[in-house]
Amino acid sequence: MPCESWKTKLDTYLDGELPSEEMRAFDIHVHSCSSCAADALARVQMKRGIQAAGKRFAPTAEFRRRVQGTIATKPHYSFRRMWVFAAALSILAVASLLSIYLGVQRSRTEQAYSEIADLHVAALASSSRVDVVSSDRHTVKPWFQGKIPFAFDLPEVQNSEFSLLGGRMTYFGQTPGAHLIYAVRKHEISVFVFQEGVLRGRWDESSAVTKELSFNVATWRQGGLRYFVIGDAGTADINNLAKLFKATSS
Amino acid sequence: MGPQSDSFEALAMPLFDQLYNFAHWLTRNREEAEDLVQETYTKALKGFSSFQLGTNFRAWMYRILRNTFLTSRTGLKVTMTVPLEPEEDGPELAIEHDTPETILLERSNRDLLQSALDELPVYFREILVLCEVEEMSYQEIAETLSIPIGTVMSRLSRARKTLRDRLQPQSQKGSAAIAKGTNRAL
Repeated sequence: MPCESWKTKLDTYLDGELPSEEMRAFDIHVHSCSSCAADALARVQMKRGIQAAGKRFAPTAEFRRRVQGTIATKPHYSFRRMWVFAAALSILAVASLLSIYLGVQRSRTEQAYSEIADLHVAALASSSRVDVVSSDRHTVKPWFQGKIPFAFDLPEVQNSEFSLLGGRMTYFGQTPGAHLIYAVRKHEISVFVFQEGVLRGRWDESSAVTKELSFNVATWRQGGLRYFVIGDAGTADINNLAKLFKATSS
Repeated sequence: MGPQSDSFEALAMPLFDQLYNFAHWLTRNREEAEDLVQETYTKALKGFSSFQLGTNFRAWMYRILRNTFLTSRTGLKVTMTVPLEPEEDGPELAIEHDTPETILLERSNRDLLQSALDELPVYFREILVLCEVEEMSYQEIAETLSIPIGTVMSRLSRARKTLRDRLQPQSQKGSAAIAKGTNRAL
């Protein structure tokens, strides 16, 4: 190829835009042709000159800040959105607190039921189940006098299927209470009486008898006292004994 | 799916200096260059959702700037007074050994080259800046100027020839002045 043909492609060669095969052929030619090599050198110098001269204008720092300020991503919160966000946060906080409160209450209640069941089982397992052995409520009730900081009435059970076995002191949360034991057929049922303020829990009083740790339990609040009737007897027996107490205390 | 708007700043701000330089070469005026760059960034941000990630962001930004320039008062004046695509010249001839380039290099006359560039028609000025200053490939230049690659090559060739032609008499004047000064000294 004559030199003139090479020279028409010289700029494209120096721009690195020829196909790779032609680039290699041009490389070989430039190394062997002093005329093309001189032209190539001159044009490279021109390219460098334009490059240096072309980097002439620079923006001011103030102008850069101004443009950057207009395109910067800004968090956009409208008052309405903020209000909704705040309200959602408040609801979430209240819900969380309520959930924590209910969780604590539930935990306390479960713990209290568990302790009541323990007291019931411990008494039945004891060699001396009761401290005052009597089926007479007029004997049992006065026995608690001076031992517990409250008074309560015992129902008359002579005409019922229940029989009073006796009573004993018990403690719940280091506070004294009354523990009465009744028998119905072959089952023994405990009745606990405590001051209401002593027991912290959220008691389920919607139904007469609930199932706790496989025991049937009835509880209610009456006259500032908290009553528990617990045993492995049927729900009807638990409920009937509870009704007798309620009727007596009202 | 379009790109996230917060990535625009990260992509566009590194191009700020070179876009401004290009804008100044087009407008030849600081205030107009600033207006052009400001408008370019505003338009680009608005249209960023339509930009396809993976395509050439730099060419996209330059294209917006150039189109904005062409619709500006200065740009319209330029396009009304000079042809956008001048007629093809014949094949370029080989340069001689005593060339403007070598004289220019010897004197390191950057001012001479800058004023020669400044006096070029805008379509030559812009393609030289894109190719030599921004070191864009022919493909990028084609995307920026929305012209075929063949046109990029021919326009670039004519721009270089025109620049050399304009430098020639100035170089000769410079040579003569230097020679005169040398004779006086002797």
